[in-house]
Amino acid sequence: MLRVIVCIKEVPRADQLEIDPKTGTLKRAGVESDINPPDLNALEMALQLKEKYGGEIIVVTMGPPFFRKSLEKAIGMGADRAILLTDRRMAGADTAATAYTLSEAMQRISEEFGKYDLIFFGEETTDSSTGHIGPGVAGHLNLPQITYVSSIELKDNKVIAKRVVEDGYEIWESTLPAVITVNFGSNIPRQPTITGLLKAKRANVILEWNADYLKLDITKIGLAGSPTIVSKIDNVILPKRKNIILTGNTKDNVKQLIDYLIKDGVIEIDS
Amino acid sequence: MIGDISQYKGIWVFLEHRNGHVREPSLQLISKAKELADKRGVYLAGVLLHYGNESLIDEVIGYPLNKIYVVEHPKLKNYSPELYAEALAQLINIYKPEAVFFAATKNGRELGGRLHSIIETGLAADCTDFQVLPDGNIDMIRPAFGHTILAHILCKKHRPQMASARPGVFEIPQNISGHKAEIIKVNLDLDKFNPRAKMIEFIPKKEESDIPLPDKAKIVVSGGYGLGKPENFKLIEDLAKLLNAGMGASRKVVDLGWIPKDRQVGQTGKTVRPKLYIAVGISGAVQHLAGMQQSSIIVAINKDPEARIFKAADYGIVGDAVEIVSEMIQQFNQLKIKRSS
Repeated sequence: MLRVIVCIKEVPRADQLEIDPKTGTLKRAGVESDINPPDLNALEMALQLKEKYGGEIIVVTMGPPFFRKSLEKAIGMGADRAILLTDRRMAGADTAATAYTLSEAMQRISEEFGKYDLIFFGEETTDSSTGHIGPGVAGHLNLPQITYVSSIELKDNKVIAKRVVEDGYEIWESTLPAVITVNFGSNIPRQPTITGLLKAKRANVILEWNADYLKLDITKIGLAGSPTIVSKIDNVILPKRKNIILTGNTKDNVKQLIDYLIKDGVIEIDS
Repeated sequence: MIGDISQYKGIWVFLEHRNGHVREPSLQLISKAKELADKRGVYLAGVLLHYGNESLIDEVIGYPLNKIYVVEHPKLKNYSPELYAEALAQLINIYKPEAVFFAATKNGRELGGRLHSIIETGLAADCTDFQVLPDGNIDMIRPAFGHTILAHILCKKHRPQMASARPGVFEIPQNISGHKAEIIKVNLDLDKFNPRAKMIEFIPKKEESDIPLPDKAKIVVSGGYGLGKPENFKLIEDLAKLLNAGMGASRKVVDLGWIPKDRQVGQTGKTVRPKLYIAVGISGAVQHLAGMQQSSIIVAINKDPEARIFKAADYGIVGDAVEIVSEMIQQFNQLKIKRSS
């Protein structure tokens, strides 16, 4: 039976983030969070594989207890079970500590539910945008990896994937099990259904595992176990804008605009 | 890796190559890495993994590198993250560099991501600047949260310090006439490693349009959902052609399939920094602003006077996008615009 593990993260909703016009800094308070958009593409790709080949989808996230909401949504979309890796000691993990924690969870999943064929990730998260977790997990588990994948098929116990690169596409083939990171926007993720969301309420559909259950080396997890630390944060102060807004007659407005652009030297005219 | 970090000396740049040439983002990194190596008083090395591609050495020998580590092995003929990460891990274990930098290309990111977990060190992604601190550690600086903050990242207890650097931030250094880096050919035992993931075909991108991508031009005209329908993008194209500009788009119209993803400007698309950015029918979500807020002059055209884009703009015109852009085309047509702009 095909078994796909999809790793997701909950991130602040980009469409709700606002810049404080006075200070030019990011307002983060009160911003809702949701599943990282590329992770939804990964989950959708997994669901389509399941529709085609059958099997089971297990969704995993690492984070505080309220991340459970994202797992309920994933079950609602059609995942079979979900695991929340939650432990205060895991908090503040960098990519190395996160990849270690997730790879230990993969081992535990295969012990409890049977071996997996594929591990999916979104290409990166919209909050930290590293793209390192998928390859990091592949490195820890010594599995083959294919990143920035926009479509996938299974053939003769192998995975064939289309990989998006700067100058075109590459077709990659890999043995199973393999780690795949899914290119953002490569499909349209489905909405959760009511029956799916009800399933998430059933016992043992969503499990919670902590560091002890995963038998983690606690020197390698969380902030304390992270090789990198954020030493400080600078707010990016946005350039002051002129905010000259023209309303009224289009012809005059456009003329006025072009005059401004010529005066600013961003449009050059041969006289 | 944790241990005696004082044995780790020297700064490395991974020289990524594609289609027989070292890629520009790797060359750009040499200039910044040289500055860091000079401040640290250590050597700067390039690292080249290849098979049967000796000319790659000639391409980089004149740059200000002290050494070039070259590993030539049949298994390295085709790029493979599995094998390349294995080879780099072996090299790092032998020569113990204090820092290793990658270009933040797709291959650079996936390779660094795999490598850092194998050798158990830290990795900062997509940095835009680096500084040497008084204690000798490297401050790795990267934008986050849609470029609204800059995070300073340190890797104090593990070596090597590793980071990827965003393409286009640093300039390719001058070739130094007569300069010859020391070539160090290294034999690695890679025979027993067989990559399980392999590339079997490459399909080059077809240029669908001769209008430059948004990150390749000094003026950018971008369109959004406010244009109403995909056909209206023709006007954005016309305006872009007239101004010798690149064409961009908002995430929404890319998601809708109106415009290919490689034209998306924003947090999950491209970051642009042109001298003039014209946003047409774009409401101005933070995710879009993140990708264009460093532009010198921003023009917004939108029918909603409350649209967030106006707050981020130098000049705005409130009104129907199609009507305004048509008028712009007409008026620009009557002026002789310098093509150099």
